Amino acid sequence: MRIIVCAKQVPDTNEVKIDPVKGTLIREGVPSILNPDDANALEAALTIRDQNPGSTVSVISMGPPQAMYMLRECLAMGADDAYLLSSRAFGGADTCATSTTLAAGIRKLGKFDLIIGGRQAIDGDTAQVGPQLAQRLGIPVVTYVQKIREIKDGKVIVERQLEDGFEVIEVKMPCMLTAVKELNTPRYMTIGRIEEAFTKTITVWNENDVGLRPESCGLKASPTQVMRSFTPPPKGKGEMLTGTIPEMAAALVKKLSEKHVI
Amino acid sequence: MVNVIAEKCRGCTKCVKACPFSAITMEGKLAVIGPSCTNCGVCVDVCPFNAIEKTDEETRTVDISAYHDVWVFAEQRDGKLMGVSIELLGEGRKLANDIGCKLCAVLCGENVDHLIDELFAYGADKVYYANKPELKTYNTDAYTKTIYEAIAKYKPEIVLLGATHIGRDLGPCLAVKCGTGLTADCTKLDIDPEDKKLMQTRPAFGGNLMATIVCPRHRPQMSTVRPGVMAKPQRDDSRKGEVIMLNPVFKEGDIRTKVLEIVKSVTEHVSLTDADVIVSGGRGLGGPEGFDLLRQLAKKLGGVIGASRAAVDSGWIDHAYQVGQTGTTVKPKLYIACGISGAIQHLAGMQESGYIVAINKNENAPIFEIADYGIVGDLYKVIPAIIEELDKLEASVV
Repeated sequence: MRIIVCAKQVPDTNEVKIDPVKGTLIREGVPSILNPDDANALEAALTIRDQNPGSTVSVISMGPPQAMYMLRECLAMGADDAYLLSSRAFGGADTCATSTTLAAGIRKLGKFDLIIGGRQAIDGDTAQVGPQLAQRLGIPVVTYVQKIREIKDGKVIVERQLEDGFEVIEVKMPCMLTAVKELNTPRYMTIGRIEEAFTKTITVWNENDVGLRPESCGLKASPTQVMRSFTPPPKGKGEMLTGTIPEMAAALVKKLSEKHVI
Repeated sequence: MVNVIAEKCRGCTKCVKACPFSAITMEGKLAVIGPSCTNCGVCVDVCPFNAIEKTDEETRTVDISAYHDVWVFAEQRDGKLMGVSIELLGEGRKLANDIGCKLCAVLCGENVDHLIDELFAYGADKVYYANKPELKTYNTDAYTKTIYEAIAKYKPEIVLLGATHIGRDLGPCLAVKCGTGLTADCTKLDIDPEDKKLMQTRPAFGGNLMATIVCPRHRPQMSTVRPGVMAKPQRDDSRKGEVIMLNPVFKEGDIRTKVLEIVKSVTEHVSLTDADVIVSGGRGLGGPEGFDLLRQLAKKLGGVIGASRAAVDSGWIDHAYQVGQTGTTVKPKLYIACGISGAIQHLAGMQESGYIVAINKNENAPIFEIADYGIVGDLYKVIPAIIEELDKLEASVV
């Protein structure tokens, strides 16, 4: 089986801090990481490969040249090869344009059985690129996959997470799955693999390499545009209650009851 | 403009496979270029019969004046309308009034006729209704095909979907089919008074940055909207409207996934978005048993319990209870955060609450920055004290 994993390098939003005075984001010094859901996607792919001898796992990403570090991390986790779609023409892409570029890269990779991506990236939280990519490639998609039950006879049986439970879905390959964190626990990199990862070449493709014209990529091919961005007005500072615990509890209940909250 | 020369096309499907936008479909032995074509010209190069030509016109722009009305995807599960769809009808009404157009609902299911009157009661002027066994439960391919065909035929200018696990699956598929943009998880929608464009505002970076997004040259303008953010409209059962039947025809191969089983979570029903009071717990609980105490307080206040990602990740409680960026966005009248430090992802999901009470041992916890009332102390002492006070209050009222 050939499995393709879609991965994205993202700023670790857990490390994003707010400037207490200005109320703005402090972006400096925020580390870049492999998007957490994508790590689950890669883990799922590696597990399937390990259970099906002769299978391979390729990782593909669109991003700036520094996304190579993230792809090395994927190789060190055990991916067989890695591809980076990188070009100035890809910049400013919305999810629609991103899926076009990824689709072109995947077509160039050739035949595949399964594409796995993370449900969403923590910087944008859109969860759109996975299903959009599947539509572009003309393959079926199952999003929010929390368990892969079985792969047999060219079909995959998965559990798709819902707000109040899950569905069991059967889908024919080739197909696309998007992973949620409940799917698995990503493995650690091993020393041996880290060394090996640095001996491997990461293939970098631009728009010409994948047969796209510059006007079909990035900002120019993005139907949505950011009109403006702004910091939400900060909420007025609240009140810290003081005294002993029973006093604070009494004060709280009194205040909430006065305001008809309770 | 890219055109297929019908006499030359031999139906080899090379262009279908090469199209980066999945804009080409086969009708019998003839390639047909659909609305998601961007004039990229890849098909021109791959066609072995020179059957596709590209004429140098101005870049194709959609005739946006041909698109009218605001559509809301009326998401139903087990014959019940989802709360977010009702919220969207309220919001859609506002947008439709600002534009001066009609508000329509799109309903897919099997024998869910009883929902039509409900959609009218919540403000829909028209209901587009597809009644088919294939649509009984949500299925990506079946719903995408049905609604895409309706959009292509009736041309709405705005399509709104709830950002549920279903809406976030359907939205992206529809957007690609329609060759348009989609803005995820919007928290605010407005109409530009000058050109009537939809201005879609969504949080980024855990709610610390807001972005307003427009889709100027493509139609429909599509958004998914977070449940629990928009207000529900008043129900008016005297309202009536027009029903338009959709008749999708499903052929072999149209539906490529099969739902074998639907398993409802055995845990108690959590309806965080509808709750007036939420008592939420985080890492500071120290273990799953802490939620028993929170449940007592929640019960006393007529509310439900919630959790931070840290508590869910520790395996103390099911993810259905998670409040925050990757969980549920909530807007209760009262939110009591117990042992939650207040990571920005959590704050993004609850900072719109009416009143926020924070109980935490660490006086420097960021949660206190947004709390209306803060108590520094051990929650295992503070909460029983609050319950005691509530008992006293009850006794004084009786």
